[in-house]
Amino acid sequence: MINEEANTAVENKPETQEYFINMGPQHPSTHGVLRLMLTLDGEIIKKVEPHLGFIHRSIEKMCEKDSYQQIVHLTDRMDYLSCHMNNEAVCLCVEQGLQLEIPERVKVIRTIISELTRLSSHQLWWGVMGMDLGAITTFLYGFRDREMITDIFEETCGARLTMNYNVPGGLMFDIHPNFQKRTKDFITYFKKKLPEYDDLLSNNVIFTERTKGIGMLSKEDAISYGVTGPSGRASGFSCDVRKHFPYSAYDRVDFREIIYTEGDCYARYRARIDEMHESMKIIEQLIDNIPEGDYKAKTKAVIKLPEGEYYQRVETARGELGVYVVSDNKKSPYRLKFRSPGFSNLSALNIMAKGDKIADLVATMSTLDLVIPDIDR
Amino acid sequence: MGLKKYISDIFYGVKSLITGMKVTGHYFVRPKEIITQQYPENRESLKMFDRFRGEVVLIHDENNMHKCTGCSACELACPNGSIEIISDKVIDPETGKSTKVIDKFVYHLSMCTFCNLCILSCPTDAIKMAQNFEHSVFDRSELTKVLNKPGSKIMPGIR
Amino acid sequence: MNFNIYDFTGFVNSIKQWLNSVFPPAVADITGFVIIGICFLTFITLLGLSLVYIERKVCAFFQQRLGPMRVGFWGTAQTVADIIKLIFKEPLIAKGSDKFLFNLAAFIVIVAPFMAIAAVPFAKGLHVLDFDIGLFFITAVSSIGVTGILLAGWSSNNKYSLIGAMRSGAQIVSYELSVVLSLLTIIVLTGSLQLSAIIESQRDGWWIFKGNIPAIIAFFIFIIASTAESNRGPFDMAEAESELTAGFHTEYSGIKFAYFFLAEYINLFIIAAVGATVFFGGWMPLHIGNFEFFNKIMDFIPPIIWFFGKIAALIFLIMWFKWTFPRLRIDQLLTLEWKYLLPINLVNLLMMSVVALNGWHF
Ligand code: SF4
Ligand code: SF4
Repeated sequence: MINEEANTAVENKPETQEYFINMGPQHPSTHGVLRLMLTLDGEIIKKVEPHLGFIHRSIEKMCEKDSYQQIVHLTDRMDYLSCHMNNEAVCLCVEQGLQLEIPERVKVIRTIISELTRLSSHQLWWGVMGMDLGAITTFLYGFRDREMITDIFEETCGARLTMNYNVPGGLMFDIHPNFQKRTKDFITYFKKKLPEYDDLLSNNVIFTERTKGIGMLSKEDAISYGVTGPSGRASGFSCDVRKHFPYSAYDRVDFREIIYTEGDCYARYRARIDEMHESMKIIEQLIDNIPEGDYKAKTKAVIKLPEGEYYQRVETARGELGVYVVSDNKKSPYRLKFRSPGFSNLSALNIMAKGDKIADLVATMSTLDLVIPDIDR
Repeated sequence: MGLKKYISDIFYGVKSLITGMKVTGHYFVRPKEIITQQYPENRESLKMFDRFRGEVVLIHDENNMHKCTGCSACELACPNGSIEIISDKVIDPETGKSTKVIDKFVYHLSMCTFCNLCILSCPTDAIKMAQNFEHSVFDRSELTKVLNKPGSKIMPGIR
Repeated sequence: MNFNIYDFTGFVNSIKQWLNSVFPPAVADITGFVIIGICFLTFITLLGLSLVYIERKVCAFFQQRLGPMRVGFWGTAQTVADIIKLIFKEPLIAKGSDKFLFNLAAFIVIVAPFMAIAAVPFAKGLHVLDFDIGLFFITAVSSIGVTGILLAGWSSNNKYSLIGAMRSGAQIVSYELSVVLSLLTIIVLTGSLQLSAIIESQRDGWWIFKGNIPAIIAFFIFIIASTAESNRGPFDMAEAESELTAGFHTEYSGIKFAYFFLAEYINLFIIAAVGATVFFGGWMPLHIGNFEFFNKIMDFIPPIIWFFGKIAALIFLIMWFKWTFPRLRIDQLLTLEWKYLLPINLVNLLMMSVVALNGWHF
């Protein structure tokens, strides 16, 4: 309804000067200690320069002295919203190195909890997205629904956010007897609530006007910057690790890889909303078919990976997380590198935001769904 | 021309806004569905799940006995160095052999990340996670706790 | 003293007479002014405090929260506590800011609504300034506040403040137009700018019902444009906490911040008062033509309750907007005004003139 024609160039403009603004490290919409140096012409963004390092905790270096069991819990602190996937990535990598046979039960439970984590991450993102655009109520609604998932986690894994439920070889404990019932209750509940998300934001005319055609990212740019996850798929880049390199139980479930070709904020928004539907579909397929068996394969108390290099990727809520381990047959890795999705996604911010307004930058950043500790590690 | 589109744009725009207001209005008139709780008041009814990881405790039975052998497995398993086992060598009066006995089980709550690795590593299940989550204190030194109670002994038959 | 809840004229006059009988005329006048001033100061403070509380509660219920619950019964004393805190806070002045303008801005912002509220008719006879350009006075005076916002942004020596101030300047200048035009649509029917006359003209029904479709359109435009004019969500671009931290009042703290805060809520009240007066008959009870019996029952409810009830309803509507919608972008805001509201408004005004000329209204 309201289209953007207000800023077509005016002839004989008086001479203007570009100026800088520091957005962050303390700023409400950078969601953490990210500092963006904006070069502005009035309200139009000329350049965005992210400055990192404010929350660097040298997790990769710490991994070089920790045992493999201990490394798992450090990954909780990277992308805390998809902590289970981070744990899983390390565990899968170690299991690949040890060539362990993982019980089917573990695979299925890991998949279910991964999808629950993805749901909870997207719910939080949805709430925050609305808040960034000024609709503060969505924030509370997002958290309301997320609360049910964190309760499930708390009951089964023992913690709400940094769950550390995976150990190399399986799970820390078996699922709680209530797990299946609670998850099913949640799915029924959330199926009813998801249309509300559409009513409040997706179809809202102000929201669509603020996101459609904003923060454009072409498929070529998405590939060359390595933008993955829902953000990359919204630009038409088919990059779902769950489809292309299935791990855990993803090879036996039926789900759709969400691909949009528009590459704007609205496409990224839709991709995440649709992913919530797909996640629920995956959970529904698995929740009643958890095979019986052990919740953990037998491992030695001290894990030593054979000499060599190992790489494992998983699809977190933000994109592709890669774990690269170089082992020299000691109890801790010689070098461990995380390919974090947030870092690559952030690198494309400049080309996405250039030429838009400050308010659009906020929308673009929200749809990238940045988690700063994931970028900085 | 655009006039028809102009009017339908307005119509659909207003409609979408009213749908949004319906959602918030729905919750406004249903104060029963309020989700927030009044925390210190509901302390009585607030029960954490039994797997919830609040702090590490050493299990003591009614005779002030625990099961810790002082093997330091938990100390090694801890990624953050939040457990320190200070043990003594004691000569057993009956057999005359020297055995390890814990003097102090020091636990630094402030450094703990509640990862549960110590609990998993303990060969005798001497420690467990408690559900207490109210850890705020005025002095940081209060967060360093000695977990074995004064005068406590190791249960017979554990070693 | 003849106190009558339905008509304050006698009450006010008896106070006047009493003052005149005790004091010489000049002193009596000044005492009168002081009494009115004190009344308004108290009223505005109470109003600001209660509106902040109401806003927080309303917002909480929209968001499935309880809102303030601790201070006083159901948190009723929360805002008092907040104000006390703000008073005792250090009024920081940012380095490099223009100190004179920085301080002045806070006062301009608060003075504007103080002046405007004088012309609001609260009930029959309870009306301080009732002159023949009452409506014009309110709209003119209440937009002085934007100077304060511009000054605040300019003098803060903060780029976020400056952007916020510039946004709000552009915003208020354009939306002022829509507010006035939508009010003008009803003025076509009343033929007077005097607020008491406008209310009197609605004795047999409110304009929103009598004025046919154009009146309803005008009301919607009024409520949108005045929300925008008061810098409230979804038009709170000047503050836009997720973009500009807090916009023009980023650098203000302590009591000066409280002024900005208070001004926003009093502006909200004035907008609702103007809307209620022009479209919903001010303190006039709901009357339908010549249904004498029905009108009698309605008259039984005191006018002051009618007035505040209407205002409460309008304020609730505006709050409902704020807690539901995302914020617009500045260029969309201007497009909305110049491409949608203004043309519709002009056509609507024309329609209303035709309606008035042909006597199609009731
Ligand atoms: S829970 Fe983890 S961090 Fe805490 S003491 Fe045990 S091993 Fe250490
Ligand atoms: S608590 Fe368990 S692991 Fe730790 S020293 Fe005692 S027996 Fe060993």
